[in-house]
Amino acid sequence: MDCSENLVMQATSRRALLLGGASFAAWAYLPKLARAADGSDPRLVVVILRGALDGLATVAPIGDPDYAGLHGAIALRADGPNAAMMLDPFFGLHPAMPEFARMYRAKQAAVVHAVATSYRDRSHFDGQDVLESGFPGPGRVQSGWLNRALEALPRGDRIAGERAMSALAVGPTTPLVLRGAAPTVGWSPVALPQAADDTAMRLVDLYQHRDPALASALTQGLQLEKQAQGDDMKPKPGAGGAAAMRLVARGAAKLMAADDGPRIGALAFDGWDTHANEGGPVGRLAQLLGGLDGALAEFESGLGDRWRHTVIVVATEFGRTARINGTEGTDHGTGTVALLAGGAVKGGRMITDWPGLKTANLYQARDLAPTTDLRAVMKGVLHDQFGVGERALADTVFPDSTPVKPMKGLVA
Amino acid sequence: MARDSQAALTALNRFGFGARGGAAGDFMNAASDPRGFVKAGLSRPNGALLEVPGLLSTPELARQVFDYQFEIQQAREAARVAQSTASESPPQAPDGKQPPQRRNLSLPSVAKEIAAKDPTMQAQTADNANAAMTPGAMQPSVNPQKPPVEPPNIIQKTFRAEALARLQRSVVADCGFVERLVVFWSNHFCISANKGALARMWAGSFEREAIRPHVLGRFGDMLKAVEQHPAMLFFLDNQQSLGPDSRAGINRHRGLNENLAREIMELHTLGVGGGYTQDDVTSLARIITGWTFAGRQGRLGTPGSFVFNANAHEPGTHLVLGKTYLPNGLAQGEAVLSDIARHPSTAKFIATKFTRHFVADDPPPALVARLQDVFTKSGGDLAVLATALVDSNEAWQAPPTKMRSPYEFLVASGRLLARNPEDPGRYLNGLNVLGQPLWSPAGPNGFPDTSAAWASPEGLKLRLDISAQVASQLADRFDPRELLELVAADAASPETRRTIERAESRQQALALLLMSPEFQRR
Repeated sequence: MDCSENLVMQATSRRALLLGGASFAAWAYLPKLARAADGSDPRLVVVILRGALDGLATVAPIGDPDYAGLHGAIALRADGPNAAMMLDPFFGLHPAMPEFARMYRAKQAAVVHAVATSYRDRSHFDGQDVLESGFPGPGRVQSGWLNRALEALPRGDRIAGERAMSALAVGPTTPLVLRGAAPTVGWSPVALPQAADDTAMRLVDLYQHRDPALASALTQGLQLEKQAQGDDMKPKPGAGGAAAMRLVARGAAKLMAADDGPRIGALAFDGWDTHANEGGPVGRLAQLLGGLDGALAEFESGLGDRWRHTVIVVATEFGRTARINGTEGTDHGTGTVALLAGGAVKGGRMITDWPGLKTANLYQARDLAPTTDLRAVMKGVLHDQFGVGERALADTVFPDSTPVKPMKGLVA
Repeated sequence: MARDSQAALTALNRFGFGARGGAAGDFMNAASDPRGFVKAGLSRPNGALLEVPGLLSTPELARQVFDYQFEIQQAREAARVAQSTASESPPQAPDGKQPPQRRNLSLPSVAKEIAAKDPTMQAQTADNANAAMTPGAMQPSVNPQKPPVEPPNIIQKTFRAEALARLQRSVVADCGFVERLVVFWSNHFCISANKGALARMWAGSFEREAIRPHVLGRFGDMLKAVEQHPAMLFFLDNQQSLGPDSRAGINRHRGLNENLAREIMELHTLGVGGGYTQDDVTSLARIITGWTFAGRQGRLGTPGSFVFNANAHEPGTHLVLGKTYLPNGLAQGEAVLSDIARHPSTAKFIATKFTRHFVADDPPPALVARLQDVFTKSGGDLAVLATALVDSNEAWQAPPTKMRSPYEFLVASGRLLARNPEDPGRYLNGLNVLGQPLWSPAGPNGFPDTSAAWASPEGLKLRLDISAQVASQLADRFDPRELLELVAADAASPETRRTIERAESRQQALALLLMSPEFQRR
């Protein structure tokens, strides 16, 4: 029987990036989302690290007298082989992140340390829901804060009331942070030969009559902009997680660099749940951080001139235990880091109210205590990059967050 | 008996894997007795078991993978010796690590082929799988007679054989309700093949041994089988967790890893907000130290079998959810599992998730409450639970708002087009593309189970591309109007019927049929 093997053809390279067509049409008239003063055209990328990043391993408080003892065999050091790259006399960056270190020295990257969302339990999934929904607690998964921020953007004259700009969701499913009423477009580096346009249009027509939700989703997924891309977009056989991260970033950067490209993008990287054999300067976490570092570099080169007006925020649902566990890893914790990168970042700074690592100073005697609310960081970026008003930030983007003031001066 | 077409659609799609093509007559049978059609499989004793010649037990598979890894290690060692004698001063990496591999040791063609075929092999945590693959490079020089096409990677071969057995069962099942239950429970208690070589090797045997025997049995038995299965112990690191005050913990200066304990409470039983605290998690982590599997040398027992290692077990009395558990070796942990399996939070969590999967993203509260009650009163009897779901009115009245998962979609397509798979590759690729790689969810919470996750713009567009491709290859063999009769008969909407009838080609018609709301929603 030959008929058994034909159900789904092998995924081949489509070499096309997908852009939502309805929104594409609108973009021709899209006013520059100008920051009032200088008329620049800003970009924002939110990178979610799922699984809980060990902030104390990423940006290590080497100057804290308790750090080396707590992080034990996997602690970073200021000297010796694979030494951390010192960002200031106190904090050292993981040696797997030379690109971020370079950006930091060029004042295009900053670190916010001892940061956390408002979530204080230790479930990944609830933690991610809080991080992405922007609500103070779990259980609200209908829309994400970045989508609601889009809705809060000032609308341009020609498209008033019709459509704000679309945001780019990278990956086969839309991350919660971008789900919601504002339009999004999707792109995923996995590629197939495409269905014919006529077939697609007929299907949209059927959905419009029978299933409006599917009609809207398919319309967004469909009407496409094929953008040239070279062979370098083809996933390479044997490419590991790090290479995949670079690949995803390269594609997203290419889309966002275009004049009519999405101003806002969100993507998620998995695999940060380092319960066992986390590794120190080399090892499992080092590989992941290397991939993240490469992804940031891809954004920098792929965005070209736009990099000057770009902010990338890297955030995770919570941190990990300050003390390593019995298997040279770390269990679920609380405080961690957020990373900012991009030409628009007022960088070269460690932004932290360092709580210290003495047992009495740890959250529940086990985790880095959070001293900064992650929402303050996000609010500051949204305010400075796009002019989202403080009222909208406190009411709709991050509901019930009035006491959490936007952090000022994150964007240069 | 009156034909109820809408109910037939519900029976086939909400509860099953969709109508089969050919002369199976699924739609007619479902229409004449919808509930009976769904429940037929529930009464078959052992109906969920999957016994296929050639599929091996977990310890047998362990032995194969241990042998394979051992061979590789030997070959690597031999190659290293050969290399250092050939080169007087091997290049030393600046950081003092192992010298880099020399370029003249080419990668094995097989490893490349596998990596190219299966992107899941490339996941970030696949260290073990890579370790198992790469050194195969040395084999050509060790065994130059080996024909280059022979796939030597036992791990990938096993994974594909297990996948094939599961897919074939899904495609040929009568209604498929029992297989849908298997998929549900397997996702509830998921592991990920991406964890490493052992997880990939055991992904299928885990489902066959820990899930299937209990799908129509008791939740408590499934829970125990899952948490004691080597695949789960490996996936959530429990084989590494040592009691800090156990003999092994003291000798090796290692200790607890609370990963498995947390997910037992959060994901497998009580659910978030189910009334447990961090102290309960840590306590349970202590109690299940020593739950592990025997390694290659079999010091603790048959390699690859579950063992209780008293040397690694944290001694003492522990408190979980307010109850004291006296030191009792393996039985201490089993007692905790037995108690939390019967905890009211577990009943609520399971009833909610079960209803959400089959009925609606926002499950009808009255149905959830009833199933919670059924779960509790039946002592966690999962066949009784499934029966209660099918007997409810809500499950038949709720509109079809759920999206088929990628797995359901591909299997339903295969059933309709009578493609009993002989090679799992096309399905596995399709699942990868659509974001549901088989037995490889991104986290221990499994694949998402809401429409929002699967009806994304990109996901829908990819389904269309796949449908168009399937149709371009197979449509010539079918009359799409006849297929529509098999799928939905007079439950098809006039718009869908008209869209298919007016399509410009059979190919287009079939692609549209596979993408129609009647085929995508359930």
